[in-house]
Amino acid sequence: MIEKNQKRPSLLPSLLGAITGGSINVIDLTMTLDRKVPTIVLPPELGQSWPFRMEEISRYDSRGPATYWNNISCGEHTGTHFDAPIHWISGKDLPNNATDTISPEMFIAHACVIDCCSEANEDPDYLLTIKDVKRWENNNGKIPPRSWLLMRTDWSLKIDPIQYLNLDEEGAHTPGPHQDLVPWLIDERDVVGFGCEAVGTDAGQAAHFTIPMPCHHLMHGKGRFGLPALTNLDKLPPQGSVIITPPLKIRQGSGSPVRVLALTEEF
Amino acid sequence: MTTILPTPKKKDPIQRTRKPSMPPGNRSREAQGLAAMATSGRFALQVCNHCTKVQYPPRQVCSECLSDQLAWQDVRTGGKLLAETTLQHSNDVYFRDRLPWRLGIVVADAGPSIVAHLAEDCIQGKRVRMSLAIDRAGNAVVIAKPEKLSPGEEDDMQLREMAFDPKNRRVLIVNGKTELGYRLAEAFLKAGARNIFVGHAEPWRTSTHLEAIKKLDKTTIYPLDVTDTESVKELAAMIGDKVEIMVNNSYHLRMGGVLDRFDINTAHDEMEIHYHGLMRLAGFFGPVMRSRGADGHHGAAAWVNILSAYALVNNSALGTYSASQAAALSLSQCLRDELKNGGVRVVNSFIGPIEDEWHQLAPPPKLVPATIAKRIVEALKRGLEDVPIGAVAEEIIQRLAENPKEIERTIKL
Repeated sequence: MIEKNQKRPSLLPSLLGAITGGSINVIDLTMTLDRKVPTIVLPPELGQSWPFRMEEISRYDSRGPATYWNNISCGEHTGTHFDAPIHWISGKDLPNNATDTISPEMFIAHACVIDCCSEANEDPDYLLTIKDVKRWENNNGKIPPRSWLLMRTDWSLKIDPIQYLNLDEEGAHTPGPHQDLVPWLIDERDVVGFGCEAVGTDAGQAAHFTIPMPCHHLMHGKGRFGLPALTNLDKLPPQGSVIITPPLKIRQGSGSPVRVLALTEEF
Repeated sequence: MTTILPTPKKKDPIQRTRKPSMPPGNRSREAQGLAAMATSGRFALQVCNHCTKVQYPPRQVCSECLSDQLAWQDVRTGGKLLAETTLQHSNDVYFRDRLPWRLGIVVADAGPSIVAHLAEDCIQGKRVRMSLAIDRAGNAVVIAKPEKLSPGEEDDMQLREMAFDPKNRRVLIVNGKTELGYRLAEAFLKAGARNIFVGHAEPWRTSTHLEAIKKLDKTTIYPLDVTDTESVKELAAMIGDKVEIMVNNSYHLRMGGVLDRFDINTAHDEMEIHYHGLMRLAGFFGPVMRSRGADGHHGAAAWVNILSAYALVNNSALGTYSASQAAALSLSQCLRDELKNGGVRVVNSFIGPIEDEWHQLAPPPKLVPATIAKRIVEALKRGLEDVPIGAVAEEIIQRLAENPKEIERTIKL
């Protein structure tokens, strides 16, 4: 029984009121998970991630007259997904490094969105630098601690998987962070993680960097997360949105497909 | 000269498609021996070990000396056409649909008189050459052609019932991203195929072979991923009723066995492509092919699987690959039985190591894809069912017949 004068929470009802009232928008940053979603392409002799596949269990038929449902299969890193620190060797011994052990409050965080569309459009191998981020901060304010940095490139508009993966004989050509930016984001800005629209958080050519795959090696080595294959980043303000990113609670999971929601405020 | 095979017209949407029917069915267990010879392209009959008399039709004991020691032996193919007749009437549904039909009695050089289906140019009293074939019901029959090659004999509409000649037929090659895919397209074009449809998966992986296929005449490429049920379903919805010869050349080889490379994921990928892939293709293309088995002179005819000879006996260097191929082989036998009612035949070819990047370290002899393609087209023209291609496959089949335990213990890559 709630006593008459007992204090009731007011923040959550006002949040819900703002969502239903339309002053807070809920934006879906997730790719639709289907069989055509491309997964990372690796040399064929290495272990391969399964693509998303769906087999019907029944559809109101002899296999289940009242039921429609499917069996699905895919790798943990398929479509819009969450990279946990255990995904990389540098994060393998960290505490709370897997999808089942990461503290749940980590899955709700502020997001900063940096628009790199014109740069990525001009150069698919475009690398986001410290200088670029500082310039962005001059216009939009410093990245607050425990924020995501999301790199907007409009790469998710490339529906054709050939253009999306953008492979040639020398590998993938997709934008990502410069190797110097990654430690700076961790040490100087204390980010939760890095998100982007391409198939992986690292640039397509990042395997050839001095520190290969820095956004995996360094971010995960410091217990930070990755959030690739996002969409709708054009609908977020540079600062001020909140994103919700809980992966499936897979025991010792290295990641999982995730429905990423963003809350943005009208003002 | 044989009457020229009519060029297929576009399908008349008003006419009902002729339903498949079968020539008379059941045969004795002994007659199945004849089927075994026919499916492997041999002209072999039972020969009495006791008195050497050549038997026809197959039987349990010698018609001369009653010995039960009858062995299958290759015999001379020549003979003389003693008598010929043309059926103008039949009470059998299958033959009624196909009248007139020519039959004859051939006195074989090997001894017996044999009732044979006749090629158009066979003349009574002249010499003929015989071969065994499989009819639409899956039974062995004898066919006779003039002794000397007759111009255009591959067009013979009566004998076309007993083979799966690609001429004027439309072919689907499942995987166009390998050299084998390209060579198959080339070989089917050369054999007079009407159209060639070629599948390709994972569009982001480029392939010089697919680029070469795009330049071939009468050839169209379509997205097709045998690991993806929807993809197979989509293509079957688009061209399923036009495929008359299916060529499943899906292929995913990774070296390793169970202990030396314990990896469920790789084994899963192999099963997805070889076993579930075949099942998906069969599930969506099989029913419509079966229903079109009698659709004119160019109806659905054959389903070709290119399997590894290691489907027959496991090679531990390719242990899980061999196992997935064995699963595909078993499923193909199921498919063979189910397609039989439509008169569509499953042709399994067995190959050894081929010249490709996955067999880089395998010692020669290795098959070149052009040879495989050529042999498959030949097998279809001859109506064969189980086709070893290359020295490795031939040796495996021979040694399995002689002593399965011996090859199981000694097989190496």
